[in-house]
Amino acid sequence: MNDQDNQSPIAVVAAEHPHGGDNPLIKEGHTFRSVTEKVCGIIEKKPPSMWWVLFGFASSGTLILLGSLGWLVWEGTGVWGLNNPVGWGWAIVNFVFWVGIGHAGTLISAILFLLRQRWRTSINRFAEAMTIVAVICAGIFPGFHVGRFWVAYYLAPVPNQMGVWPNFRSPLLWDVFAVGTYFTVSLLFWYVGMVPDLATLRDRAKTKIRRLVFGFLSLGWRGGNRQWQHYELGYLLLAGLATPLVLSVHSVVSTDFATSLLPGWHTTIFPPYFVAGAIFSGFGMVLTLTLIARKVYGLENIITIDHLEKMNKIILVTGSMVGYAYIMEFFISWYSGNLYEVFTFVNRAFGNYAWAYWIMMACNVITPQFFWFKKVRRSVPIMFVLSIFVNIGMWFERFVITVTSLSRDFLPSSWDYYAPTLWDVLTFVGSFGLFFTLFLLFLRFLPAIAMSEVKGVLPQADPHYHEEDFGSEKAVGEGVPS
Amino acid sequence: MKEVKAIIASFETPGELLHAAEKVRDEGYTRFDCHSPFPIHGMDDAMGLKRSPLGFIVGGMAVLGAAVGLGLQGWVTTVEYPLILSGKALWSWQAYIIITFALFVLFGAFGAVFGMFVLNRIPRWHHPVFYSDRFASVTDDGFFISIEPGDPKFDAENTAAFLTAIGGKDVETIEGDA
Repeated sequence: MNDQDNQSPIAVVAAEHPHGGDNPLIKEGHTFRSVTEKVCGIIEKKPPSMWWVLFGFASSGTLILLGSLGWLVWEGTGVWGLNNPVGWGWAIVNFVFWVGIGHAGTLISAILFLLRQRWRTSINRFAEAMTIVAVICAGIFPGFHVGRFWVAYYLAPVPNQMGVWPNFRSPLLWDVFAVGTYFTVSLLFWYVGMVPDLATLRDRAKTKIRRLVFGFLSLGWRGGNRQWQHYELGYLLLAGLATPLVLSVHSVVSTDFATSLLPGWHTTIFPPYFVAGAIFSGFGMVLTLTLIARKVYGLENIITIDHLEKMNKIILVTGSMVGYAYIMEFFISWYSGNLYEVFTFVNRAFGNYAWAYWIMMACNVITPQFFWFKKVRRSVPIMFVLSIFVNIGMWFERFVITVTSLSRDFLPSSWDYYAPTLWDVLTFVGSFGLFFTLFLLFLRFLPAIAMSEVKGVLPQADPHYHEEDFGSEKAVGEGVPS
Repeated sequence: MKEVKAIIASFETPGELLHAAEKVRDEGYTRFDCHSPFPIHGMDDAMGLKRSPLGFIVGGMAVLGAAVGLGLQGWVTTVEYPLILSGKALWSWQAYIIITFALFVLFGAFGAVFGMFVLNRIPRWHHPVFYSDRFASVTDDGFFISIEPGDPKFDAENTAAFLTAIGGKDVETIEGDA
């Protein structure tokens, strides 16, 4: 419709525009239509061959997951390497790992929304989808760790024939509610954000099935301002509710450890330390996924190097918080004067799991410090490698916390060394398969970029864009910082 | 028998739509809508809309969620299934705060989403504006004003002429079965 009036002036006008200053959020003079074409094109065209390759690997991984879970159900939890005293092994490590990864999605979609960080529009849909998929992967582990997963509903407070109720004083039940709420709210947030984009797909649908499916899912959205009015407030309120939620979820996960009396777990630093670690690991994973998807689908102009740099800054901040927490934990164990605490921490660094501890320290404390350098923050290959190190390091953090404390508890006679079995490893590898399978299906069938939000941050979305004094002080001076 | 269901006019840019909305509002129309691919800043005022009451729905639901959460835990642990665990009091409310908070957020989120559905009257899969083929561009790069016969000032001919006069292009009268 108005292709012609967007093409040439945009470069000139964007230079003075509050939405981007010298550096617009979206590159290469995108128009409303070109955004639609680019994002819908991903779904409407045949997927690139790379998609099939990745999907082949991912779905094979899912089969491995199903196979190893099937074997667990058939044979019992004894197929895992759990022993006494290490009753929490990889299953809990993986649960905390996956839940933590989910946190970046909600941080991007809710907290950055409240802080009016408009650059989030290019990546929030990805990140939210990643959250949902990661929480699904997380839920598998405690679900199957109970052994008979078909009675996992005992966790829910439902009246039953035994007249028994769950223990509301237990942090494990708090976790059920916190993670369950988190999943539900993330799903609602993701879906509500997607409704206008599903309507776009409905209106472009060429086949009857697409028209029906997208028509059904888009709820009859007509883009009227009477709808936008309630929609925007609803979205804002959801963001407001999700913000304390995301901070609480990993805090509650940390209480699984912190409310126990075990040295190394029984600390008050755990909730903030877990939340910072969760955001850190989540951004690591968002970065990994974004870099892949951006490459496969050629989205370099929508997810620009500036977006990536901002994500790297968040990794730097949260990574430094995590590093601080590691050091502070050590200091407090000495300062507490408690011999068991001191022993636990010395044992972590120099005991039989020292290898895991130093992998964790190297990946989580040193890796993010590279992001002090602007060249590193803006180099795609380097940040890809660093993001992988962050993912590895954060998995090891959970391993160190869970296993070192359990394997060396108060009584030396009960000490034991924990090692995973093949089935632990295959289940974890398989969970990556499920994660990537679901994520690739999302990329293939749903709008991966929030089109209506991206259009809203284009310079020409401003009602004053076509007025003569646009970009001058009078038009800009409405309180929008440039 | 056919009757007029809606009149729509298209506009080129968000700015044009915003100014047209002001004119439609000043002309005295109260039941019209401005359709756009993304929310336009300042449109609520331009259309003369009141503030959305959604906040009260969400607030009410969230408080209800907290009450349900605390009530459920208190009832189970003191009345239905009183069991002393770890030597703690039956009514150990400090331990109930987290689940109370979780249900506060959960109910509030349901309030935000389903309250928004109710206020927006969605899902509604049929609407007169969908009869127009051009209207499909509203989710791409189209900007439209629609006025429906429910408006007290609505008059098939005058309204169409008025929309043309304020700069509307391709004014289209949508008819359907009576």
